[in-house]
Amino acid sequence: MKLTVRVWRQAGPAAEGRLVTYPVDGLSPDMSFLELLDVLNQQLIAAGDEPIAFDHDCREGICGSCGVVIDGQAHGPERTTSCQLHLRSFADGAVVDVEPWRAKAFPVVKDLVVDRSALDRIVQAGGYVSAPTGSAPDAHATPVPKPDADLAFDNATCIGCGACVAACPNGSATLFTAAKVTHLSLLPQGGPERARRVLDMVEAMDAEGFGGCTNTGECVAVCPKGIPFASITTLNREFLAAARAR
Amino acid sequence: MSGYLTGDPIADTKAPGGPLENRWDARKFAAKLVNPANRRRHRVIVVGTGLAGGSAGATLAEQGYHVVQFCFQDSPRRAHSVAAQGGINAAKNYRNDGDSVYRLFHDTVKGGDFRARESNVYRLAQVSAQIIDQAVAQGVPFAREYGGLLDTRSFGGVQVQRTFYARGQTGQQLLIGAYQALSRQIGAGNVELHARTEMLDLVVDGGRARGVVARDLVTGEITTHLADAVVLATGGYGNVFSLSTNAKGSNATAIWRAHKRGAYFANPCFTQIHPTCIPRSGEHQSKLTLMSESLRNDGRIWVPKRAGDPRPPGEIPEDERDYYLERRYPSFGNLVPRDIASRAAKNVCDAGFGVGPGGLGVYLDFADAIARLGRPAIEARYGNLFDMYQRITAEDPYTVPMRIYPAIHYTMGGLWVDYDLQSTIPGLFVIGEANFSDHGANRLGASALMQGLADGYFVLPATVNDYLGGTRLGDVDPGAVARVETEVRDRIARLLAVEGTRSVDSFHRELGLLMWDHCGMSRTREGLRTALDRVPQLRAEFWRDVRIPGGPEFNQELEKANRVADFLELAELMLVDALAREESCGGHFREEHQTPEGEALRDDGNFAHVAAWEHGTPPVLHREQLVFEHVHPSQRSYT
Repeated sequence: MKLTVRVWRQAGPAAEGRLVTYPVDGLSPDMSFLELLDVLNQQLIAAGDEPIAFDHDCREGICGSCGVVIDGQAHGPERTTSCQLHLRSFADGAVVDVEPWRAKAFPVVKDLVVDRSALDRIVQAGGYVSAPTGSAPDAHATPVPKPDADLAFDNATCIGCGACVAACPNGSATLFTAAKVTHLSLLPQGGPERARRVLDMVEAMDAEGFGGCTNTGECVAVCPKGIPFASITTLNREFLAAARAR
Repeated sequence: MSGYLTGDPIADTKAPGGPLENRWDARKFAAKLVNPANRRRHRVIVVGTGLAGGSAGATLAEQGYHVVQFCFQDSPRRAHSVAAQGGINAAKNYRNDGDSVYRLFHDTVKGGDFRARESNVYRLAQVSAQIIDQAVAQGVPFAREYGGLLDTRSFGGVQVQRTFYARGQTGQQLLIGAYQALSRQIGAGNVELHARTEMLDLVVDGGRARGVVARDLVTGEITTHLADAVVLATGGYGNVFSLSTNAKGSNATAIWRAHKRGAYFANPCFTQIHPTCIPRSGEHQSKLTLMSESLRNDGRIWVPKRAGDPRPPGEIPEDERDYYLERRYPSFGNLVPRDIASRAAKNVCDAGFGVGPGGLGVYLDFADAIARLGRPAIEARYGNLFDMYQRITAEDPYTVPMRIYPAIHYTMGGLWVDYDLQSTIPGLFVIGEANFSDHGANRLGASALMQGLADGYFVLPATVNDYLGGTRLGDVDPGAVARVETEVRDRIARLLAVEGTRSVDSFHRELGLLMWDHCGMSRTREGLRTALDRVPQLRAEFWRDVRIPGGPEFNQELEKANRVADFLELAELMLVDALAREESCGGHFREEHQTPEGEALRDDGNFAHVAAWEHGTPPVLHREQLVFEHVHPSQRSYT
C-alpha cells in the first residue's frame, strides 16, 4: 500500500518547525506505524537526508517511549500506543499527518521527540511509598482486599507516555497524576504519607506548567492503558481531604 | 579466524566455603563496612535503570551514598525490564506445596543445565522471599486472592506454585516499584540522574574502575563522570541478532567497552531462544513480540505434512498435519522445555514445512482445546494474549490457528563477576542480565526478575560496602581521563566521517541474520567457522561504508551506529566461545554433540566450567571450574 505522510520537522527546541510531505510506497498493512517511519527513514538516509527523530523502544506497547499525534489524535485512530497501531487502520493512498505531542510542559527536542521529564518530576515529588530496602514486613502481614488490589493495578498500568497531556486542550497532566495517586491511595502501604503525597504531586504538576483539568475527558479517550476517568474524581477527593486537614 | 589462547584458570575467591546455607551470612559478616557518616563522601555510578540498576541506585542512595545514575531512555521508567510478562519466583512456600529455598536453588541449577555456581544460586534463592516483601511494601499491586493474600502460579516445568505475578505485566509493576524508590532518592537529592545519556567508555586508573565517559544524546556533549565505584546494570546483548524480543535500544556497549578495558566476558555463547513469539510479517519487521509460553498448555503445535502446502490451515485435513512435538516427544508433547521446542520449530521450517510469510512459522492450534473446554474457558485463560496476537496479526486465534516462531530474548552470558558481583576490574560491579552469574546455560521462566532485584536490592549494596570500606582511593590521573575521552571523541568523529552508502540498519540486519543462522538455536563447527570468516569482513565494510546523516548532536543514527559497531565485535567473541565449547548444554546446541535421540549431550568431564574471556587478539580463555557438591549433574530426557 501507499501513504502520503506529512511529518513535523523541527531541527531543535528553538528552531522553526514545519510539516514536510513524504510519499511512501511499498507498505504492508501488517506494518506498525513506527515501521512506516522506519521505512521512510531508510528512504531519507538513502537520499542523503536526515531521518526523522522519534522516540521508541520496546515496540510492544509497554515502555511508554513512543507517542505521536496522528491526524490530530494522540497515538492515532486506535486506542493503543503508536507502536501497536498498524497500517491496516489506514486507507490505501491516504494522507496522514504526524506531529509531536503538543503541550507547554513538553518542549519539542527534535522533530517528533519531546521532553517529558516533567512527568518524572511529578513522581519525584511524592509518587512513591517510602519503604527503604530491608524495612519491609512479611508480604502477608497486611492483606489487601482483592477489589482494591485490582483497582490499584488498573491505575498502576499507566505507562507515562504523555498522550493524556497531548490530548488535553489545557495540556493538563491530571490523569497521569490521578493514576498514581489512586494506585497508592488504595493500598494500606504508604498510608501515613497519603495526604502529603497528593498535595506535593499536585503542587509539582502546577509548577511544571501543566494546565488545569476541566473534565473534558479527552485524556481518557486516548489513554492506551484505559486509565479510568473516575481516577480524576479520586484525585480531587484525596486532594480536598488533604487540603482541608492541612 | 577461530583461534584463541588459553590463559590461567580463574577462581571465584569471594565465595566463602562451609555449609551452603551459611555462605551469604558469612560473606556479609566478613565484609567491611563504611560508617554511615562517611558514605556521603563516596560517589557510586550506576549505569542503567532497569530492575537491577533502579533497585541498586535507590538502595545505595538510601544507605547514604551519592549515586550518579545514567539511562539512555528519556526516563528511568522505560528500561526494558518493563516488558517482562510472566512473573517472579520466590521461595515463600505460601502454598505449603513443598517449596523451599533448597528446592528453588536445586531447580535453578538443574534448569541451567549445570553450568552455574552453587553458591550464587543458593544466595539468589535465599533472598528471593525478601524481594516479594520489599515490592509489596512499595505498593506493587501483585495479584491477590479474595482473602487478600497474594496469589501465585506455576511456571515453566516447575512442580510448585512459587511465581508471584501482576497479570501479564509483572516486569512493569516491579520496575515501577524500583523507579518510584529511585524517584524518591532523586527528589531528595541523593541520586543525580542523567537521562538520555549513554555510557560510551569506562575510566580505569591504577587498575581500578573510577568513572565513565558518557554522551548526552540530546546535545551530543561528551563528559567524564568520576566515582569510587562503577556499577553496570545495562542488560543483555540479544540485539546482536538484530531481531529479538529486546527493546530497540537495548545494547551491549557498556559491557563491551568495559570488556575491552579489562573485564572478562563469561559464556558469551549462552543465549536463550523463546519458542512462542509472533513471527515476522515481512522485511520491514523491526522487532519481535513474545507470547507467554503458558499457551503451550492448551495449544497443539503442527505444520502441514507437505512442504510448501499453500492451503489455509482450516482446509488441511487432520491426517495431513504433522504434530511434530507430540510425535517426537510423546510423553511431554507440546510441553517440552524451551530450547527443545524452539529447535524443533526451526528444524521443520528449515526443511520447508513452515507456514506464513517466508515459511518461518508453525501453527499453535487451539481448536481442540476450544472444542473440549468451550471458548469461554479459553478466553478466561488466555484472553489478553489472544487480543494481543489479534492486534498484531489481524487474525482471530479463536478461529484460525496462531502462527508462532522462536526468537532470541535473553542472554545468560555477560561480564564475569565473582560472588561479590565484582568484575575482574576492581571497583567495577556488574548486576542483572549484564552479568553471567546465576542462570548457567539456560534461564528458567520468572527468574530474570528475581535475579535483577536480588542483585540490586540485596547483594550489591552489601558487597559495594566491602569494596569502598577496604580500598583507599586517590585522585584520578587527569591523563587517564583525557586518554579515554579522546578515544571516545575520535570514534564518534570516525563514524561520522565514513560517509558511505549503507545504512546502519542494513549492517545490523546482515549481522543478525548471520548470527541467527550460525549461532542461533543450533550450531555446527562449519557454520560457526563460516560466520567467523564473515563477521570481520562485515565489520570492515561497516567502517568503510556506513552512512550516518546528520551531525554529532541529537542523532539517532549515530546512536545506533555506535551500538552496532560494538555488536560487530561482540558477535565474534560469541562465535569463538560457541566453537570452543565442544558440547551441547542448555541453550547452546552443537549438532556434533547430541544423543542418538537428538538431545543435548553435555560433556561434564571437559566443559563443567565457566568460559571467561580476556580481551585480546586473539582472545584469551580463562576457565573457572564449576564444582557441584549438592546437585548432581544428570542427563535430561523428555521422550
